Amino acid sequence: MSTVQKPVWLRLTHWLNAVAIVVLTLSGWRIYNASPFFDFSFDRDYTLGGWLGGALLWHFAAMWLLGASFAIYLLANLVGGRLWRQFLPVSPAAVVSDLVAALSGRLVHDDSGRYNAVQKLAYLGVMVLSVLAIASGLVLWKSVQFPLLRTLLGGYDNARVVHFLAMAGFVAFFAVHVVMVALVPKSLLPMIRGR
Amino acid sequence: MKTDQTPSRERADLLKEAERLIERTPRRLFLTGAVSLGGLAMLTGCSPSAEPRTERFLRAVSRWNDRVQAGLFDPTRLAPTYPESMITRPFPFNAFYKEDRVPHVDGTDYRLEVSGLVADRHRWSLEELRALPQTSQVTRHICVEGWSAIGKWGGVRFRTFLERIGADLTASFIGFKCSDGYHTSIDMPTALHPQTLLTLTYDGEVLPPRYGFPMKLRMPTKLGYKNPKHITAIYVTNTNPGGYWEDLGYNWFGGS
Repeated sequence: MSTVQKPVWLRLTHWLNAVAIVVLTLSGWRIYNASPFFDFSFDRDYTLGGWLGGALLWHFAAMWLLGASFAIYLLANLVGGRLWRQFLPVSPAAVVSDLVAALSGRLVHDDSGRYNAVQKLAYLGVMVLSVLAIASGLVLWKSVQFPLLRTLLGGYDNARVVHFLAMAGFVAFFAVHVVMVALVPKSLLPMIRGR
Repeated sequence: MKTDQTPSRERADLLKEAERLIERTPRRLFLTGAVSLGGLAMLTGCSPSAEPRTERFLRAVSRWNDRVQAGLFDPTRLAPTYPESMITRPFPFNAFYKEDRVPHVDGTDYRLEVSGLVADRHRWSLEELRALPQTSQVTRHICVEGWSAIGKWGGVRFRTFLERIGADLTASFIGFKCSDGYHTSIDMPTALHPQTLLTLTYDGEVLPPRYGFPMKLRMPTKLGYKNPKHITAIYVTNTNPGGYWEDLGYNWFGGS
């Protein structure tokens, strides 16, 4: 059907990724609180797991969901050529002009199946964040077993910071993403029913 | 995510749930604990009454993670070692109690108990253990909390010790009992790893009480809680003995 903008695999992996990232973030905050390396901790009321052991159980379960769902999302995008069609090319000039247009309320949303340059950058960015989060997560989980990854990420302690920054990127993306959907509610329907 | 957005009827239900949860065993509470029940309910889309089922599921995933980690474990892959100049000073004290509760074991009448699937069950004195070939290494201790510290431990390769006692090296588990009431267990491949040491010294000195006198099993391939201190008994078995933190919910394999 030519009217289908969002195939089933895309909708499914989108929502599974969303659930996984929310669980990983909230349990990750509780894990971070056990030994904070910045000058703050997260409010316990907004963390998941109750105590460190509970948070780790959630985290090490949801990591499989993110790993599987993100792998399917990325593979399907690569194999079908969707990655190039939908997200590339993305030029800095186009990002700036679309950003200015969006902020001045002049950006058009005729076709929610085609992304503007800011969207392209944001969605590519969140893919990069996912790769970073998974790579640094592997170093934290199994630092002895992945020596190359550990070296690439600057060692165990540095991998903690990379993992944290990837989380911060996800949170920033999540916030903007949800605000955008609230501003353009018609963009939500295709992600649920495909059209 | 704000809990005060929860409708009042739902909130009343949640309060009832909370009261019921409090009456249950503390172990069951561990997934909610101080977490706002509203937040949890919104996240899971169900009330916390489904929580024991959630806990069972998460523990099943944790056992699956044990198997994945056993598969990822390369018995020849070494943890990084560091120059002595990088040793963390002072090396942090860490236990499930405060430092003033550290047990003080008398080394003269100390005997290490050995049991289970072993040929030789004689009890080892510290002198006998010190007479075995000694080695030392500077490695990173990684705590499950996320912090890490570099220290220098010396002692007997655990593989050497297991061979001396005629342990069944095809058995699955080694269990440890400690004089502070701690207990834990490890897998045989990790027990035989070249960097797994039955340590008797820290930084060239006799292992001080705060670091586990008379003996600590040191594995740079495992998280801190898998490294038992003040060991009094070692047993070889095919039944997983679990452990203090592991029974509460920490992952059993706990490897890095």
